[in-house]
Amino acid sequence: MAGPVITVANLGKRYQLSHAVRHDTLRDTVMHRVRDWLGRRSGAATVEDFWALRDVSFTVEQGDVVGIIGRNGAGKSTLLKILSRITEPTTGRISIRGRVASLLEVGTGFHPELSGRENIFLNGAILGMTRAEIRRKFDEIVAFAEVERFLDTPVKHYSSGMYVRLAFSVAAHLEPEILIVDEVLAVGDAVFQKKCLGKMESVARGEGRTVLFVSHNLSAMRELCRTGVLLSSGQVAAFGPIGEVVSRYTGLMGRRSQYVRPAPAPGSRPVATWFERVAVTDAAGITLESQPAGESAWLELELVTREALKDVQVAARVSTQEGVAVLTTTNTDVSRQGGRLEAGRHVLRAPLPAWLAPGFYSVTVAVHEPRRQEHASLHDVIQFEVSPGTSPSSALQDDRWGLVEPVIAWQSRHFQA
Amino acid sequence: MSPAAEHPPVTTPPELVLEAGRAEAHYWRDLWRYRELLGFLAWRDIKVRYKQTVLGAAWALLQPAVTLVVFTFVFSRLAKMPSGSVPYPLMVMAGLLPWQLFANALTSASGSLVSNTHLISKVYFPRLVVPLSALAVALVDFAIVGVLYVALSAWWSCWPDWRLLLLPAFMVLGLLAALGAGLWLTALTVRFRDFRFIVPFLLQLGVFLSPVGFSTSVVPSWRLLFSFNPMVAVIDGFRWCLLRGAQPLDAGGLLVGILVTVLLLATGLWYFRRTEKGFADII
Repeated sequence: MAGPVITVANLGKRYQLSHAVRHDTLRDTVMHRVRDWLGRRSGAATVEDFWALRDVSFTVEQGDVVGIIGRNGAGKSTLLKILSRITEPTTGRISIRGRVASLLEVGTGFHPELSGRENIFLNGAILGMTRAEIRRKFDEIVAFAEVERFLDTPVKHYSSGMYVRLAFSVAAHLEPEILIVDEVLAVGDAVFQKKCLGKMESVARGEGRTVLFVSHNLSAMRELCRTGVLLSSGQVAAFGPIGEVVSRYTGLMGRRSQYVRPAPAPGSRPVATWFERVAVTDAAGITLESQPAGESAWLELELVTREALKDVQVAARVSTQEGVAVLTTTNTDVSRQGGRLEAGRHVLRAPLPAWLAPGFYSVTVAVHEPRRQEHASLHDVIQFEVSPGTSPSSALQDDRWGLVEPVIAWQSRHFQA
Repeated sequence: MSPAAEHPPVTTPPELVLEAGRAEAHYWRDLWRYRELLGFLAWRDIKVRYKQTVLGAAWALLQPAVTLVVFTFVFSRLAKMPSGSVPYPLMVMAGLLPWQLFANALTSASGSLVSNTHLISKVYFPRLVVPLSALAVALVDFAIVGVLYVALSAWWSCWPDWRLLLLPAFMVLGLLAALGAGLWLTALTVRFRDFRFIVPFLLQLGVFLSPVGFSTSVVPSWRLLFSFNPMVAVIDGFRWCLLRGAQPLDAGGLLVGILVTVLLLATGLWYFRRTEKGFADII
């Protein structure tokens, strides 16, 4: 082995967020410059530096499959953009040995008016394949995507599933030494996802290629990757064997299984209504990190309002890590009419359904007058885990798919032939 | 970080280093490597240009044909401008041909980066590929308008002579002028969308500040100043090539035109290369 294929050293990327003064039009820039020349320094505090990545260092060996994980906004995409040369680092140095192909989006450059056949060539060229290479693999690409019959149809008439299959298929047939993949498996149907995972696995294991891979799908990560990089607020929070990194990440998520309102900063604007505490608890009101098998769990909200609120609803939404809403429930689900909340402290409890599939969920809460006014809300305020074996159907021990795992009583009738 | 001395990399591929402000060592070689992409992008733009239109490629003819009629009417009938020994419409057409090439090339080149935003923010390739491929679409329209010119010269039986062989040189000059200005405008448009509005305005004025509807011979006293518009040399060159030298070529004006074009192209390239790495961040 000749040393790492990718060396990232003290990498940093700064974006400048301009607040009051935006320079999107020429007029703004000219006005701003003129004001500066006149000596009135108006823009001093208006540009804020934002470090999307800071002091990131790690190395990747040849043939490694590296999973990059982190919350939304942790800097994962920025890192991939720098590695794929789309944008330039602000500080630090990266050295890469080998041909890189990156797949940051499925179907980059697909043109809706062009046919499937034409888009294979166009997309292949965009991803860095030569015409001869595409021609050689053309049949394989078409077979993998299962779109033979629609090759000469403009892709604007494709179903979204066909579109994704075709796009992934082109990308999967790239032959780079290093492949960079961002979250592409979040799309497409489950069967095709499995096929893609299989393809990526064979690319990495069988052909000795290096793969860098971002996904929120932790189980896919565990299956595919050997090494993991955990990013948190633009910094490397963990780097090492994938198992350890994933548990660090879930630990990071678990720390937020309870929300307690921080003391308001002195001088901040007082609010009339707020959530004091949000947590997942057991029947006795004790905070849980995860919903253990066979036990019921409750969502507990503590809410304070300084004045009485009329016609309000307290709502909670449970979403998957990928942001797919699984359910929304309100305290008026049964009564079907907005209620009155007296001034003071309220504690509300909602039993969590036992049929959520194992995985990580996040909770959003709000108090509002439906369609009129929002009094308080907290997005993705806490996370909880449903551990495997929680749902009644998990006792059935089969490998079923779905966001929910209800036990459904079937009926059947039998007719004599 | 550096490869250890005791492990000499035998078959390892060349190392690529990414650092702030590092000049690309292999930029031009990379651009050559991506020439197929250039071809594909041009082919895509040509292919989809007239999709879902009823008249299709006839649009490329319609605009110059109407302009030809209007210019002939205004400049020849109303303003009584001279055209020497050649029919007035033919002279206008010989000027419209390069002007259309320039205007189409400039329009598509200057809008090219913003209309390919999705590519620029998701894939790496030398960004110069984008404005370069935009020029190809203008060439296709040029070929269509060329047919109109052939029809007109057949009508007046005024065929070009050996001078026609020099026409490609003037085409290249016109395209380079459009590319030079286009590089400036497209890079500036990434940052300031104002430049989107400047291009149509520029072309609207340019058609009257260039000798499209009239002959350069009617502007004797301001000749040198007039030549700073690089399209003057291109249009005069086209007329010289197509109309059997009925209008003599002005060497001084040509030289000024070439110099201005080279300057425009060199500075355009410089600005484009300088800002190119930030495109994905601000587009």
